[in-house]
Formats: sequence, C-alpha cells, structure tokens
Amino acid sequence: MSKQPVSRRQFLNYTLTGVGGFMAAGMLMPMVRFAVDPVLKGEAAGDFHPTQQKVADLTDVPVRVDFSYEQTDAWYTSEVTNTAWVYKNDKDEIVALSPVCKHLGCTVSWEGSGHTDKFFCPCHNGLYEKNGKNIPGTPPLKPLDVYPTTEKDGLLQLGKPKANNIV
Amino acid sequence: MLNKIYDWVDERLDITPMWRDIADHEVPEHVNPAHHFSAFVYCFGGLTFFVTVIQILSGMFLTMYYVPDIKNAWESVYYLQNEVAFGVIVRGMHHWGASLVIVMMFLHTLRVFFQGAYKKPRELNWVVGVLIFFVMLGLGFTGYLLPWDMKALFATKVGIEIAASTPLIGHELKVLLAGHPDIVGAQTLTRFFAIHVFFLPAALLGLMGAHFIMIRKQGISGPL
Repeated sequence: MSKQPVSRRQFLNYTLTGVGGFMAAGMLMPMVRFAVDPVLKGEAAGDFHPTQQKVADLTDVPVRVDFSYEQTDAWYTSEVTNTAWVYKNDKDEIVALSPVCKHLGCTVSWEGSGHTDKFFCPCHNGLYEKNGKNIPGTPPLKPLDVYPTTEKDGLLQLGKPKANNIV
Repeated sequence: MLNKIYDWVDERLDITPMWRDIADHEVPEHVNPAHHFSAFVYCFGGLTFFVTVIQILSGMFLTMYYVPDIKNAWESVYYLQNEVAFGVIVRGMHHWGASLVIVMMFLHTLRVFFQGAYKKPRELNWVVGVLIFFVMLGLGFTGYLLPWDMKALFATKVGIEIAASTPLIGHELKVLLAGHPDIVGAQTLTRFFAIHVFFLPAALLGLMGAHFIMIRKQGISGPL
C-alpha cells in the first residue's frame, strides 16, 4: 500500500459523489414518498351500511339489494350506491355476494342472460355458482367477494366485501 | 430582413453547423419514395413523430379549458367541445390522433420487423422503440379516463383490474394507479392527469430523443 491509499482526485470524487447522492436523495425521497402514499396508507376499516332489505323477507333465491352510503374519497364526499346479491343458504345463514366480477371488475347478475341458477357476467361470459364459486372454464379465477352482514331492527346491514371463504 | 437577422445571429453564435448537423443529411435512394414508390413504408416512423407533435400541441391547448377534478372534468370537456370556437376540432385532433399514433407506430414496427432492420447494430434502437410503444399505450390508457364519462370510468376500472392481476405486486400497482384501494375517483383522476400530461410525455421526449440520435448515428439500414 502506498503512502497515499486514497489520492487527492479519488478523495474529491468520493466526496462529490457522496454529497451529490445525498442531495439527489434529499430531493427524490419526499417526492417518491408523496407519490406512493396511497399504497402505504393501508385500507380503512369497513363500517356496516344500512340497507332497506328486511331480513325476514330473504329466501333461498338471491335478490338484488341496492344500498347507499356516504363515501369519502380524499377531499370529495359523496353518496354512492352499491349492490349486493343476498339470499339465505340451506343452513339459514345470510349470504351477501358482491356483484363485481373477479375477472376484470364488470357487474354480474343472478340468472343473467338466461343462465339458470348461476351468476353471469356479460363482459366475457363469466359464470359463478349460487354460492359465488367461479365455474372452471369461464374467465374468473376467484369466487365472488362476500359482504359481512349484520341485522339491525330487522333490516340487513352490509360491511366491506372480503375474499370469499365460504366456497 | 430574415436573412439579416440570421446573419446577425450566425455571426455571433455560428449556428450554421448546428442546424446543418440536424437537418442537412443525405436520404439514401432506397428509402426515397420518389425513386421507388414502395419506399413509402419508410414514412411511418416520421408520420408517428408528426402525429405525436400534433398530440402535444393539441393537448397543450386542451389544458387551457380542462380541469382534472371529478366534479368539473366532464363539464369542462363538454364546455370546450360545445361552447368554445373550434373546440370540436381541437379535441377531435387529440381524440383521433391518439388512435392514429398507435396505428402509425404499429406500421412502423411492422416495417422494421419484416425488413429485419432491428438486427445488429440496431438492437438498442429496437429496445428504445418498444419502450416508446409502451409509453404510448400508457398515454392512451391514462388519457382515456380524463373526460370522466361512463365509458372512461368503466374502461379504467377494467384497466386497473388488469394491472391488479400482475403477480405479487398486483395490489400495490392497483393502489398506486388508482390512488385508493377501493375507489376509482378523485385521486385516480388527478393521478392519471399528472401521468398523462407530465410524466409520460417527459419519458416520451427522452426516449424519442434517444431513438433519433441513434438512427442518425447508425444511419438507416441498407436495402433489402
């Protein structure tokens, strides 16, 4: 090793690269963190939203339940309407399925286009069983999401859709 | 008069070599449609650039009226199209030009592919060209949402679901695009606007600069 393991030129190069790196990082870090904020914010806990559907009226045939609630989208608050397909299964439990197709997010409907005893998505002919299970050979790869349900004053309340584990 | 101005500037800054270097170069016979009409296939790259220039200009003017806010976006597009003189024309240029760019770029890609013009030493330029292709598709995708009508909204919902089907990072990618885990709304529109108007055009200009510098450096590929 020579007497000067780091030459004057090398030293200056390292110093300038280091300082420049810090300056670049100091500029980029706030901007990148700013841009990815929605990813790191995490999901809000789902509240239950009231619907007009009487629980006593539910049968084993899925019915379409539309319900409205106040939704906060950053600085914008608005009334939005969502839909669920609700029925009672053979164990007398309430099943509320999200109509959002697990293929590409179109809207499915019960017995749509004459597909008896199935949920049907018109976009790419996706089919689901009554319990939301996707039918192999059609585009969807996952079963329909389910809404958590509760009952209040005889009326159905729906939470935030979750991945379906009843299938 | 113009000559005098030119001479005045040239005397001080010696600009003649600069523009000669950019504009004054030989076009080989085999790419000149005046010699062989079939050489029109060489025009698609230039046409892509021409339409891109129209897109940039018409887009700049559209932002004079457009507002990227979910309450006003649709209204502002309606206003600029129906109330502003030549609004139909300017928006029409941007609307139809968007499709035309893709068509021209596709034809240019086909020409390069079938002539084998991407082969050594021009592989890197092919790679940059493919990146330009992706940036253009990104511009088309983000621009589609901006009028904020039903078609735009649902097309974007589907597009974001496609992004969400990416392995491993799908969900993060979706949230990064939409700005919210569940809602395609206010933050999605501002994000798409920023990406459409600032981020992707900046990337596009850089890539196109690289594309053109490389083709000037390497010259156009020889006749078949």
